[in-house]
Amino acid sequence: MKTDDLISRLASDRQTPRVAPGGALVAAVVVACIVAFVLLMTTVGVRPDFDEVVSSWRFDFKFVVTVTLAVSSFWLVRRAIYPEGLNRAPLWLVLAAPAVLLCGVGVELVTLPGSAWAAAAVGHNSRLCLTIVPALGLVPLVLILWGLKQGAPTRPMLSGFFAGLLAGGIAATFYAANCTDDSPLVVMPWDPISILALGLVGALLGRVALRW
Amino acid sequence: MASDDHEQRLASLMRAALDGDETAYAAFLRDAAALVRRATARRLRESGGVSPEDVVQETLLAVHLKRDTWRTDEPILPWLFTIARYKAIDAYRRRGVRIELPVDELAEVLAAPDTTPDIEDAQHIEKAVGSLSGGQQKVVRAIAIEGRSIKETAVALQMKETAVRVAFHRGLSAIAQRFGRQT
Repeated sequence: MKTDDLISRLASDRQTPRVAPGGALVAAVVVACIVAFVLLMTTVGVRPDFDEVVSSWRFDFKFVVTVTLAVSSFWLVRRAIYPEGLNRAPLWLVLAAPAVLLCGVGVELVTLPGSAWAAAAVGHNSRLCLTIVPALGLVPLVLILWGLKQGAPTRPMLSGFFAGLLAGGIAATFYAANCTDDSPLVVMPWDPISILALGLVGALLGRVALRW
Repeated sequence: MASDDHEQRLASLMRAALDGDETAYAAFLRDAAALVRRATARRLRESGGVSPEDVVQETLLAVHLKRDTWRTDEPILPWLFTIARYKAIDAYRRRGVRIELPVDELAEVLAAPDTTPDIEDAQHIEKAVGSLSGGQQKVVRAIAIEGRSIKETAVALQMKETAVRVAFHRGLSAIAQRFGRQT
């Protein structure tokens, strides 16, 4: 077809799909949070001593880390829906949550006596953490990828990776209400592994699903 | 700078298009096609294998389908060129070749050849009009370059309207005779 013909066809195409792509993403994230919450409550629930531990800094600190991750990766995913969005994006934002977590680890190492480190680092739930976080995050990941697809991401793998981190951030936030291991020394190895796994799955799915 | 002009023109055309102006949209697509063609043609020729016009058409189609991802308060050229790059890379990937097309370079390529024809055109016109005799030159300059009407020109040059008409047509045919068959 000649380019001029194509142009006149496109110009006369009155179908205007005016769905704001940013709105679709926000909707996807809201639904993802609801899904993760319902999944958590209908399966493992929150920990029994939830009311008591809310005031402990170690427990609250888990949320600081996971919410930082969720917010920073949401910021990047929101940019990824626009073709040029990631051209000059602040990609270092992915380091925000790890940096916060490392600070927590530092504080923990300073305040705990060296003999208590090993006990604090073992935890009870590492296997649960490695299964529940990806399990809670899988549906949110698919939803977020759908939200991305309503836009026009030009870097499918990177966008999918950020989508995985966002899903991981949401899942880890809800799982933190269940997990009885609060020390940053426990959070340190297991949460990042689960979340990076989601990021990897997101990148691989994005590579296939986010083409347009 | 040339790309600033393109930016403003394309952005206002697309804004009108998103409000439902079909003519503006067609003009936008034509301009976008020309820009993408110019920005990608040279690099694509170097690599071979992919027809630049295919990339132009794929880009136009993508622009059409994803036009709601342009935020009306954001620059439109980076948006357009990133889509063009995405589609160019895609076209190559389907042929099993990888290419790198930095967006910044697309913009540079665009800025460079664009200024030349404008200047050349202006020089050609100046040369053509300058070759006319005094009376005809004044009339042609007023009407064809400054865009005045016959009536305005007649008043300004204190001539009769018919005389202005005659001078204008003689001037144009003189230019046509002298320069018409050169290109």
